[in-house]
Amino acid sequence: MQTVLLLSMVLLALAIAGCLYRVLKGPSIADRIAALDTIGVNVAAEVAVAGAYTQSTAYFELVLLIGILAFLGTVALARYMERGKVLDAPDDSTGD
Amino acid sequence: MPKGSDIFLQNVSKIVVFLVLAFALYLFFTGHGSPGGGFIAGLMSAGALLLLALAYDIETVRKVVPFDFKLITAIGLLIALGTGTGALLFGQPFLKHAFGHFDLPLLGDTELHTALIFDLGVYLAVVGVTMTILLTIGEDR
Repeated sequence: MQTVLLLSMVLLALAIAGCLYRVLKGPSIADRIAALDTIGVNVAAEVAVAGAYTQSTAYFELVLLIGILAFLGTVALARYMERGKVLDAPDDSTGD
Repeated sequence: MPKGSDIFLQNVSKIVVFLVLAFALYLFFTGHGSPGGGFIAGLMSAGALLLLALAYDIETVRKVVPFDFKLITAIGLLIALGTGTGALLFGQPFLKHAFGHFDLPLLGDTELHTALIFDLGVYLAVVGVTMTILLTIGEDR
C-alpha cells in the first residue's frame, strides 16, 4: 500500500512538472492560467496522498485550504486576462 | 460596473463566501491542538472578502463590511497586548495563559483558554492588515 502511495506521489510530481513546463512555455496567457489551476489541483492531491502515506489527519485542512486559494488565484488571473486589472475601482464604471 | 458579464461568478461567490467564512471559523477554533489558529483564519476571512471584491467591486465590500480596517488592526493588536499584560496582574510572566474546565449548556465539559482571546486579537489584526493592503492596491491606478 505504501508503495502505491509513494508511486502516485511521484506521478503527481511529474504531472506538476509537466504543468510547470506549460506555465513557463505556454504561448498564450490562457494556457498559463489553465496550467496554474491544474498545478493547484495537483498540489492538493499531492498533499492528500502525503496525508494518507504518513497516516495522519493533520493535512486534511490543508487540502481544502489549497483548493480555496487555487480557486481564488484562478479567478483573479481570469479577471486580469479579461479586464486588464484585477479589482474594479469605484469610479471607472463607464470604461470596460 | 459591467452588468451581466460575470453573473456566474457573482452567484457562485454568494455561496462560496459563506463556505470560506465557515472554514475560517473552523480553523480559528481548531487552532489550539491541531493546525489552524488566528493567523490562518484571518487570512482565510480576507480571502472570502477578496472573492467578494473580485465578483462585485470594492464598493460592495466596503458596504458589506462597514468598518475601517485600520481601526480593526488597532483593536486586534490592543486585544493581543491586553491578554499578554493581563497575566502580569496575577503575578505571572508576560503572555502566560490560563485555562479551566467549564460546564457549558450545550457543549458539556469544555476547556476554555485565554489563548483564544489572544488568537482573536491576532485574527482581527491579520484581517485588518490584509484587507487594508488589498483594498489599497485595488484602488490604486
